[in-house]
Amino acid sequence: MGRFLLTRLWQSAITLVLASIVIFLGIRLLPGDPATAMAGEDASPEQLAAVRAELGLDDPLFMQYMAYMGQVLTGDLGRSTMHGNPVIDMIGATLPVTLLLATYAMVIAVVFGLLLGVLAERQRGRWPEWFANGAALIGLSVPNFWLGIMAILTLAVGLSLFPASGYVPFRTDPLRALYHLTLPAIILGASVMAVIMRQTRASMLETMQADFVRTARAKGLSRIRVLLRYGLRNSLIVVVTIVGLQLGMLISGTVVTEQIFALPGFGRLILDAVFTRDYPVIQSAVLVVTFGYVVINLIVDVLYSVINPKIRVGGGR
Amino acid sequence: MTDLPSADHQALLSIRDLRVNFGDTEVVHGVDLEVKAGERVAIVGQSGSGKSTVMSAILRLLPGSGHITGGSIVMDGFDLTQADDRAMRDVRGNRIGLVPQDPATNLNPSMKVGAQIGDALKAHGLRDRVSRKRRTIELMDEAGIPEPERRAGQFPHEFSGGMRQRILIAIALAREPQLIIADEPTSALDVTVQARILDHLQTLVDDHGTSLLFITHDLGVAADRTDRVAVMLDGRVVENGDPQEILRNPQHEYTRKLIAAAPSVSATEGVARVTARSQGVEKRGALEPILLVQDVVKDYKLRGQRGQTIRAVDHVSFKVQRGATTAVVGESGSGKSTLAKIALGLEQPSAGKVLINGRAFNDRAARKELRRCVQPVFQDPYGSLNPTFTIERLIDEPLRIFRMGDRTSRRTRVADLLDQVALPRNIAQRRAGELSGGQRQRVAIARALALDSELVILDEAVSALDVLVQHQILKLLRDLQEQLGLSYLFITHDLAVVRELAHHVVVMRRGQVVEEGGVEEVFTVPQHEYTTGLLDAIPGASLTAS
Repeated sequence: MGRFLLTRLWQSAITLVLASIVIFLGIRLLPGDPATAMAGEDASPEQLAAVRAELGLDDPLFMQYMAYMGQVLTGDLGRSTMHGNPVIDMIGATLPVTLLLATYAMVIAVVFGLLLGVLAERQRGRWPEWFANGAALIGLSVPNFWLGIMAILTLAVGLSLFPASGYVPFRTDPLRALYHLTLPAIILGASVMAVIMRQTRASMLETMQADFVRTARAKGLSRIRVLLRYGLRNSLIVVVTIVGLQLGMLISGTVVTEQIFALPGFGRLILDAVFTRDYPVIQSAVLVVTFGYVVINLIVDVLYSVINPKIRVGGGR
Repeated sequence: MTDLPSADHQALLSIRDLRVNFGDTEVVHGVDLEVKAGERVAIVGQSGSGKSTVMSAILRLLPGSGHITGGSIVMDGFDLTQADDRAMRDVRGNRIGLVPQDPATNLNPSMKVGAQIGDALKAHGLRDRVSRKRRTIELMDEAGIPEPERRAGQFPHEFSGGMRQRILIAIALAREPQLIIADEPTSALDVTVQARILDHLQTLVDDHGTSLLFITHDLGVAADRTDRVAVMLDGRVVENGDPQEILRNPQHEYTRKLIAAAPSVSATEGVARVTARSQGVEKRGALEPILLVQDVVKDYKLRGQRGQTIRAVDHVSFKVQRGATTAVVGESGSGKSTLAKIALGLEQPSAGKVLINGRAFNDRAARKELRRCVQPVFQDPYGSLNPTFTIERLIDEPLRIFRMGDRTSRRTRVADLLDQVALPRNIAQRRAGELSGGQRQRVAIARALALDSELVILDEAVSALDVLVQHQILKLLRDLQEQLGLSYLFITHDLAVVRELAHHVVVMRRGQVVEEGGVEEVFTVPQHEYTTGLLDAIPGASLTAS
């Protein structure tokens, strides 16, 4: 296990370095000169040259990259060209909102996805399966933004069950924070929940036919124990992979969801930065998202090997 | 609900007029069967005979739409067909233990084996963790697993097939049930392992005074190891009695066929046949051999361990004479399948050479040419036929690949091939899913013959088939050899069938040839102790004796 972890960590580090190069080059390759964008359209050549020198744009690309990485590693992500604030502060303020939202959405998606999936498999051909399938169909096929608007109209405005927008910091009041985030989290997690539900149902269908399930029943185990330790546990292998893949979707989904529910999150930060061509912010934000992806994948891989002992490279045998 | 008609005090399990349906179709039509305390009873039948359905019905674990429609299963005066799930849970594991068929699929892959044995104990009230662990280790030790303390913490994939079967036996015996149902417990294992496991199971069952209901397709195994045999056919028990009596004087026609087809018996006739044929072969075979394997070595790199290799085939030499059959016999891991791949040109040997008709797989052109001469038939008739193709498409695929003939001529060729393998012509438009195992294997043989190949590599080609079907396929192979002068490289773990087909035998162990010779020599005067072990492990000693 230790060796497996080490290998995966090393691979993740390489991935991050490669990603940072791609991001760095991507920004440089974008049409338009950052210096012009910063100094304004009608800046004099002298001003432009001054800005260039300040940004280090005259150095060779490699030197620029090294300087940039040096800054990133010391926690200096530059300043926003629009607001002049340190980028690290802007990210620090918005990221927790998004992380909380995404985690909440994922928890809802996993819990209800698994529940509905198992229910649909166990109650094949009866109403719980129709219900679960219906919910999955809506989650998958109805676009997020429309689902969000409908939810606001009915659940928030119509029935006043949830607030329609707004955000309370988790530290100030954890319960109210979660309450405010419930509706956005459901909307954000809907499609992921649908995918998890379908996957769970399919892989439970397969696992529950397996020989070892019959053998477990022949030992005299109760249905519920067989379902959990023999059925669900083996189905989880597939589900965890799906969850890992879907997390990416979830992060991109936050951009839309935060817009609908007016949440001051990371998604909105990126969106605003793109509209205002705030290069330092875009660059750092993309870097943070990449970092998040790599970490998530690492976690999924480790989880995967915990659930499926055959995966453990270098262990056993 | 407990009428107990015969009031037989000795009967532990008494099945009366059992009827089982799948959906609306009745598959078990009134089976009667009795197992007395301490008695060993075998149910013998081929796949589809309903023997496994009866077993599932006893445990009330019928798959899918299966349900009991009539009759009674009385155990200790208690009718299991009327029991609710709670009562059945107490019966399963506690009073009836199950040793299932395939050790590869019957253990939970994501759970340590110790915990899987412990689960059986916990289900019946052994709550205390420490005593559960102690009992688990005791059981593993009893089942013949070395270092039980350490191995209890391992996962199923870290065990060999035989060891997994021992774990399943430990699970079945965990609660010292009165009855063990063993459902073809060793058919997925190597012969020598098979014999050891069955011996061990028998000892354990005898020591505990447990009754045994043994389900098998092999009359030989049944006769060797049980007190009474019930022969099942199409959901009915057609014959029931003392095994020696049944072997000597079979009443039902089906039983007679089963006895005739049992490899261990027909082997004696087989030798006569083979000897008769050998003379013809001798004349033809004076020429160069069709397949010459010379000093072949195959090393595989070990994944994850730099530079380390494992030797699958170690300086192996033998030949296949034109029009004759050479059998390569060995257990799993002996390198016999690697040899098959090398002979087919699918793998390159690390050293040594393989010549087919005196030519080697040197370049692309030679490989293409040689692939026309050599065709395979594989073990699993379910896995080796593309389920989306029609039978016609499956058989004429080699012709398409080599761009031979047009649509009409190919169609005629397929019809001829179907005739040759004794399949009706009208199945050409059907798909593999609609055929039985034996029919599928005939399709695979037809496909191998499509290009007029001279050498057919049969890689465990009959191992997955029922005894009767196996018998038919072996006969087909013999007939085709006589008609077309085919040569076979017959790869198998089953010495019993070797005698029915081969002229020449090569015994392999751990990549090396330990013995080689004519089929009679090897069978009557084996030189190597490993061969002797393999021969002794062939079930059905009592069959041959009678």
